[in-house]
Parts: sequence; C-alpha cells; structure tokens
Amino acid sequence: MSLKSNNRQVDGITIVDMSGRITLGEGSVVLRETVKDLVEKGRNKILLNLGDVTYIDSSGIGELVSAFTTVNNKEGKLKLLNLTKKVKDLLQITKLYTVFEIHDDEASAVQSFSK
Amino acid sequence: MNSRAKNRISYTLDSTLENVNKVEEKAFEMAVNGGFGEDDQHHIAMAVREAAVNAVLHGNAYDPKKKFIVAYEITPESLVITITDQGKGLDPQSVPDPLAPENLMKQSGRGIFLIRSFMDEVKFRNLEPGTEITLVKHVGREAANAKEESK
Repeated sequence: MSLKSNNRQVDGITIVDMSGRITLGEGSVVLRETVKDLVEKGRNKILLNLGDVTYIDSSGIGELVSAFTTVNNKEGKLKLLNLTKKVKDLLQITKLYTVFEIHDDEASAVQSFSK
Repeated sequence: MNSRAKNRISYTLDSTLENVNKVEEKAFEMAVNGGFGEDDQHHIAMAVREAAVNAVLHGNAYDPKKKFIVAYEITPESLVITITDQGKGLDPQSVPDPLAPENLMKQSGRGIFLIRSFMDEVKFRNLEPGTEITLVKHVGREAANAKEESK
C-alpha cells in the first residue's frame, strides 16, 4: 500500500492525514512533495497525522527528518500526531523521539502551535 | 529465477524497488511460518528490506545488468537470510554512527544501524566485487526476552 495524503486546515494549522507506508520510492516522495508544497504556500505550521501510517523504513525516517528541517528553516514548526507503536519504537531506537514534538491528541496538538 | 532445497530457497532478482518489496514480503512470510512473534516478524521484514535496499540502491545502483540474490533458510533454531549484490563492495566500519549528535539530523545512514538493531547476528563479506550480508534471527528469543523483562 502506497502513501496517501490529505490536508485540512484547523485554526490556521495544516493537518496532514497520512495513511499507508513511508518507504523508499513513492511513499517518501509523497511526504517530501506534500511538505514542500505547503511551505511554498506559506503554510509552515504543520501537524503530520501518522495514525494510519503502518510502516516507515530508514528512507522514510530520513524524509521525516528532512521535512522537519525544511519547515524549521522557514521559521515554521512540524509536529507529529498519533504515532503507532511501531513508528514510536523506531523513533526511539534512532534517538529521534525527543527531536520531534509528538502529540496523541489533535486538539491539544493544534493548541500547542499558539504557545 | 529461484532454487529450492528442503529448508532453503533463493531468488536471483533484478535491481528494482519492486523486488525490494517482494523480498520484504517473503521475509515476513518466512518469519510468520517460522513461529516468530509479531514484533520479530516486523523487525525481520524491516531488516531484510533495509539490506535489500542497500543491495539495489547502494550496491548495484539500479544497474539493470546487475542482479541481487536473496536466500532464506529456516532451521529449528533460526531464520537465516543472505543477500548478495554485485556492487563495488561495502565497508560497514566506514558507515558513520547515526546516533552521534552530528549525524542525528542527517537524511540517510540509518539502514545498517536498523539491521543490527533488529537481528541477532549480522555478518558482512566482501566478495570483490559485491557484498554479501547474512542476517540471523533466533527462534524463541523474543519470548525469552519478554520473560526476562517481566521478572
């Protein structure tokens, strides 16, 4: 299953609902293009909802790191929402769990951008 | 093309991402059939995917003339997967530590680290040309570890 991505706006925050796999090839490209497109449109407060992302490989992790850096460089913020246990474990093993701001609740995640 | 012995099956494959996906799916299937727990099934499939990506992308560089060979062998004790490419060769010692602060935010370089994290044994062999990586996961280790942690 490849990666599907759908954007919605909540209180000025872009929530990107992703589902499928973020792996080398199509999945990584979808993530890269989605974030690049948002940043180019000036939407630099991004919440990636990974609740339906079943699998991320090392290329996908690299793409998440790259997206984080891209948004940061535009003085924006990229945060993660609803990680599955597998994805959470992967970010812990790679010591990236504390690099990203991670939320389990959408409303509080949206609010956190205004703090 | 594939060859099959009693508990061993091997495939010679073109260097494509489609074949990386197939290799990963087969590893998952072997892990399920080998009686591994759910976490191990996922870890084995992921380690094999990372090794296959290395063979196709970094080893063979998607060269249509170069193949990669994947062999799966299941024994009562272990699942052993060997992946061989026809690339320039890889020195695993030269791969930077992805957990080092200066590498943490790099986009790439986590594949071998993940393979080592998820498998019980990982061996590299330089074939000149090419690299062979052998991944071993022992049956029952996950259950034993869980028992150990609950003590």
